[in-house]
Amino acid sequence: MITKKTNHAAMILLILGLSTIVFPLYLTLVIAFKQPTEMTNSISGILSLPKVWSLDNFREAMRVTDFWNSLRNSLVITLAAVGLSIGIHSIMGYALGRNKADSKFYSFVYLFIVSGMFVPFAILMMPLAKQTAELGLANWFGVIILYVVFYMPMNILLYSGYLVNIPMALEEAAKVDGASTWTTYWKIIFPIMRPMHATVAVLTALAVWNDVMTPLVILAGSGQNTLPLAQLNFQTQFGTNYNLAFASYLLSLIPILIFYVICQKQILNGVVNGAVK
Amino acid sequence: MKNERKRTFLLITVPILALFVCFNTIPLIRGVIYSFTNFKGFGSYDWVGFRNYIDLFSDARVGKSYLFTFKLAIVSTIVTNVTALLLALALNSKIRAKSFFRGAYFLPNILGALVVGYIFNYFFTYILPALASMIGVESLKSSILSDPGSAWFGIMIVCAWQAIAMNTIIYISGLQTVPEDVYEAGGLDGATGWKQFKHLTFPLIIPFFSINMVLCVKNFLMVFDQIMALTKGGPAQSTESISYLIYNNGMSGGQFGFQSANAVVFFIVIVCVSVAQMKFSGKKEEQL
Repeated sequence: MITKKTNHAAMILLILGLSTIVFPLYLTLVIAFKQPTEMTNSISGILSLPKVWSLDNFREAMRVTDFWNSLRNSLVITLAAVGLSIGIHSIMGYALGRNKADSKFYSFVYLFIVSGMFVPFAILMMPLAKQTAELGLANWFGVIILYVVFYMPMNILLYSGYLVNIPMALEEAAKVDGASTWTTYWKIIFPIMRPMHATVAVLTALAVWNDVMTPLVILAGSGQNTLPLAQLNFQTQFGTNYNLAFASYLLSLIPILIFYVICQKQILNGVVNGAVK
Repeated sequence: MKNERKRTFLLITVPILALFVCFNTIPLIRGVIYSFTNFKGFGSYDWVGFRNYIDLFSDARVGKSYLFTFKLAIVSTIVTNVTALLLALALNSKIRAKSFFRGAYFLPNILGALVVGYIFNYFFTYILPALASMIGVESLKSSILSDPGSAWFGIMIVCAWQAIAMNTIIYISGLQTVPEDVYEAGGLDGATGWKQFKHLTFPLIIPFFSINMVLCVKNFLMVFDQIMALTKGGPAQSTESISYLIYNNGMSGGQFGFQSANAVVFFIVIVCVSVAQMKFSGKKEEQL
């Protein structure tokens, strides 16, 4: 057991297993670059490398799915939801975390919000579609508000859990200097919670970026799309032109792949922290 | 000074709580109210009392969707956890390029479920049958997604493919909490291989096992994107998950009131399953 030698059996299994992840991505890549005429019904016809690496499919897919607008919507919604989550959820986590031990009101509010984690979207979906329409929020702005509400239970749980490790003495020292609670929070507590901000940012960003149901229900008929929603809404326009469809799929995966390559470590840490805490 | 602190906390809490109530609690209550009406999603409606709930239990389509969703959730949870645990053990052993492998195996989790579903849809519809006819496996020559008996299996594969990535990472972080000297001590007593895993490793990572179970079951019970991308509930309504049925018939099928009742029951089911899981895993951890 205590051998320091490489575990060759595990290595071989891992390399073989990797094919289950690489294969679907390879498939997407080669189909996205090919022309429909290159797609024969045999395996080799589908899986061989394209004869020419042309970007025509991508240009066409961008045009058909209104790619840049969808990308912009997705980016705006994700960035706004992440930013607002960090600001609003952290201060709420602070207010509840600091008071729930000795105040019935705050401990009730805490439990009330955190138990929102059990509410499936399925039950909120139909009333929310009505409600956002009534309030004139059936647009990307409404979607952002909904995300801030949906991820509130989870994020408040994370923030107030993290707060336990931050000693009260820090705040008391600032108070002696005459700082208000509000300034103390933003100047002292908010910066200390940075590791938790990273976790919340990663979890919220991944969930929002890939979410289909909320925009599907809220943006229906508004003509606005997010990247995943565009794939769904333009599915019929791709028809049997799978090359075009796959070019579009690949385009929608590229932003998150880039994000993953750059922030892999933070993402892995964030996901583990979020789940384990 | 003390009052200033109290007032600030109240000024923070009340507006945020109001926001939460407005977009979570009120829609929830409205959903419950709609469930007692025959609302179609537009126009006027009447109160029907418990009518929707009574109809729910005799509705074959709803019953079928519950059976399908639970079958999918249970099988996917088992497949996901067994695979993820094996993978985590391999990824935690003495291997080269450890961080590369970990990064690569986590990749499926960051990709959007809908697009992943579309890619696998193509795989099941064209690649797998072509492969099958090449090597001569008769049973796989037509797409597994077009057969009511096997379509759920395709969905299970896609659900597991993404969930394994997540669970593996959590198991790895569990395995890292097991100190090396536990293995050394166990090794002296003859605990190696399967014995070591059963009596030493697994009991020590039970908290992580619980997290994975809760995550898996909850996510799989709410499955939606994969259904949308792979089968749209077909063939012959054999793969309609509860969420999909509520969306499909409630939003555009004129069953707003009826599906609200379905959603209320689904909500109660989710709460019961989650509470039961937490109680069960709480007990298990105490025993150690």
